[in-house]
Amino acid sequence: MTRTVLEARNLKKRFGAVVAADDISITMAAGEVIGLIGANGAGKTTFVNMVTGHLKPDAGQVVFEGSDVTALAPRAMTRRGITRSFQVAQLFPQLSSRDNALIALASAETEQPALLGDLRIPDRIARADALLARFGLADVADRLTVELPQGKRKLLDIALAMVGEGRVLLLDEPTSGISADEKFPLMDLVMEAIGGADATILFVEHDMEIVERYASRVIAFYEGRIIADGAPAAVLADAAVRRHVVGAEIHRRHEGPRR
Amino acid sequence: MAKLGTHALLLAAAVVLVPLGLVLPTWLVFLVTIGLAKGLVVIGLVVMMRAGLVSFGQGLYYGLGAYSAGLAANFLGLNDAVLLLVIGAAVGIVVALGLGVLLVRYRQIFFAMLSLAVSMILYGALVRSTALGSTDGFNLPPPTFLGLAPDVETGRRILFVLALLLALGTASLLHRFTRSPTGVLGEAIVMNEIRVEYLGASVSRVLLITYVIGAITAALGGVLVALATSHIDPDLAFWTTSGEFVFVAILSGTGHVAASLVGMVLFETVRSFAFQYSPYTWQMVVGTAMLLVIVFLPYGLWSLVSRGEGRSARP
Repeated sequence: MTRTVLEARNLKKRFGAVVAADDISITMAAGEVIGLIGANGAGKTTFVNMVTGHLKPDAGQVVFEGSDVTALAPRAMTRRGITRSFQVAQLFPQLSSRDNALIALASAETEQPALLGDLRIPDRIARADALLARFGLADVADRLTVELPQGKRKLLDIALAMVGEGRVLLLDEPTSGISADEKFPLMDLVMEAIGGADATILFVEHDMEIVERYASRVIAFYEGRIIADGAPAAVLADAAVRRHVVGAEIHRRHEGPRR
Repeated sequence: MAKLGTHALLLAAAVVLVPLGLVLPTWLVFLVTIGLAKGLVVIGLVVMMRAGLVSFGQGLYYGLGAYSAGLAANFLGLNDAVLLLVIGAAVGIVVALGLGVLLVRYRQIFFAMLSLAVSMILYGALVRSTALGSTDGFNLPPPTFLGLAPDVETGRRILFVLALLLALGTASLLHRFTRSPTGVLGEAIVMNEIRVEYLGASVSRVLLITYVIGAITAALGGVLVALATSHIDPDLAFWTTSGEFVFVAILSGTGHVAASLVGMVLFETVRSFAFQYSPYTWQMVVGTAMLLVIVFLPYGLWSLVSRGEGRSARP
């Protein structure tokens, strides 16, 4: 029997007249790789924001390893083991990739980082370089992150999220803004780097090829509701998902060209 | 400077300047003492600015430090300079912990204006307090130094040495702070507060610590100025005093804390000479000097050093 790590129970969220989450309930088991799909405005990022403490739901609960964490701030969520990356990479742009990693490592080490000890100590630098190497970023360790190409920025964003060795990792559109040639190598690298951590992964994605290849389970959102949840092939073949989420693209790929 | 080491340079400065304090003319010793005292305030302000806390109200802690020393000396009979410094710093810490919890929730212009407002509350209270001399303030007796009661001139020279050691020691400590995880997190907060939170670090903790550091250095500066001038008045907490600290911090550059000391001493020197030789237009002289710095050194005096190191200083 698989162990439940994170559970969203009946989450509701409205922004004025817009219902961004309408009674969303999702249970995530240890080691699952979940692809979260949906059209723009379906409530995917709202869900990620609620689960990671950035937004408080109007109703419902987020339960992490048996504890109600709904009211916790992002910082507390992160320290518990729920980490995330962002649709637009969230980095420290005027610092090098190595310094970004050093800050992440120092933050993960203790809740009260030192006031007088040096950030850039040899042991921490070695760990920062190892982290960057794990994500294929060794060659840009000394470059300011503002100068990095989009793919590298995305990888660094995910690498920073992994520093705390979180048990649930939420990736918000990890391949958005990445060229078609780069998206699979990027996801391969991410999955390989995360794989050893035995984390539960939920990634928001618009690219169905990525979803099919990397997800072990797919959840489809439409107008703040779950319209399908299950194995990738079954969800992507679901009539409602085809109509509201996937559209003609998957229809063509699964059933051949229309006449 | 990085190659030689900031701490080594500060130590060398102490070794060279302490003996000079014993032979330089008294007026120059006084001038530099005031510059160092105010430089202490600016050092703390620079650390705050690196974390995005641009305070237009450091006069609050500057005034609190000075009045704490004055009250302790006049009403409690505590005359020792070191003890008065400790009292001033303690008052700064207590007030900053109380106010900081509220103020560090605000950013940018909102923080600047709130800090200004709080300092003006103190100014208003002091002006209306006849018991504290209202706008005239009151005088302090000459301080003792760890039990020694020197004559006035020797006392000024000892105070110079004390101010110098305190300023250089504080610069050394705060230089270490700016390189520490908490110090660098302060800079990171300016760049991306959301990411800091999602790394599991406490933004409010970092900002509160930084705010308290700024309060301590401002209070210490206030105590030193009170001891050097033997007089305190509400102008210490006035907004133009706070504005002067921000002004010098920008002119010095926020790239390195030690630049603040040099910047403040230079500012005091330019102002004193301008006032002496051009008493009716001294503001124009000071303004022109500042304009030249802004035009040719947009990242402050520190950019003279950072250019040599091949990297730009942060504005």
